[in-house]
Amino acid sequence: MSTGHVVSVKIYIAIFVALMVLTFVTVEAATHDFGELNTVIALTIACIKATLVVLFFMHLRYSERLIHVIVVASFFWLALLIVITVSDYFSRGWLPVLR
Amino acid sequence: MSRTNIRLRSLNLSSENTAFAHQFDSAEQQQESATLGMWLFLVTEIMFFGGLITCYVVYRNLYIDGFIAASKELNLWLGAANTAVLICSSLTMAMAVHCAQLGKRNATVLFLILTVILGCAFLGVKAVEYHEKFTHHHVPGPNFHFEEAEYARPAQMFFSLYFAMTGLHALHMVIGVGLMAWLIYHASRGRYSPQYYAPVEMCGLYWHFVDIVWIFLFPFLYLIGGH
Repeated sequence: MSTGHVVSVKIYIAIFVALMVLTFVTVEAATHDFGELNTVIALTIACIKATLVVLFFMHLRYSERLIHVIVVASFFWLALLIVITVSDYFSRGWLPVLR
Repeated sequence: MSRTNIRLRSLNLSSENTAFAHQFDSAEQQQESATLGMWLFLVTEIMFFGGLITCYVVYRNLYIDGFIAASKELNLWLGAANTAVLICSSLTMAMAVHCAQLGKRNATVLFLILTVILGCAFLGVKAVEYHEKFTHHHVPGPNFHFEEAEYARPAQMFFSLYFAMTGLHALHMVIGVGLMAWLIYHASRGRYSPQYYAPVEMCGLYWHFVDIVWIFLFPFLYLIGGH
């Protein structure tokens, strides 16, 4: 008996195919000019790919709750870092500076 | 560690049913502890790359035109090929863990070797790209030259971030290949079993994490604006 959850080879192959297809789609989308949407498409696909890797290749789907909490908390912390920094940079000059 | 402890530990590891160190209640608990520790390490890694990503987000938005112009200088196809290579290596790594869980020693070693080969292929392509940057004077510094003069400064910022991010990622790949070599050595000597394969699983988590970093670096650096 193995100590961990054994994921079937079929699932690994399916995830692999999905990742390859998404890579093809993201490259194909980048060869067209959608303006602002290019970034949105590229980042959405990257997020889907990362989620697939984390859930299946990294076995998060089969891990206990504590690991889920740690992963969610880490991405929340990363979001804090980016959102607060960016909101500072891009809100400068919105209000007149008091002298 | 005292001599008794070492003896206890070796006793535990030698017995088929209790393949765990004496401080744990069960093999499952030992495995869970290792997984928890590895994920905590990966959290610090996420924040490590997070600093660079934040820097990138700020400068990209401040100098979007310069970043688009500089991004067009990167070879989209080499980047895409490297993405495919890394996804393949993630599959072979996942298969190595799968085989280790089932106690298939030879298959584990084979998949680990494939992972090393794909990892080295990635680094080889990266070396070709870096060489291209040097010959085109796209390396930040006194010899930096950018064809569209009005974008020279933001382009230099883009290439600074390009080298910092891909360089740090490549360093992680080199460490990963080293870890694989270590796993191959132990796996080929039959060190791992369905009860004890934590090192394979943990190095797998690390390898997939490095893959995820590239999944984001690829659109960040290669896919800005329409090509």
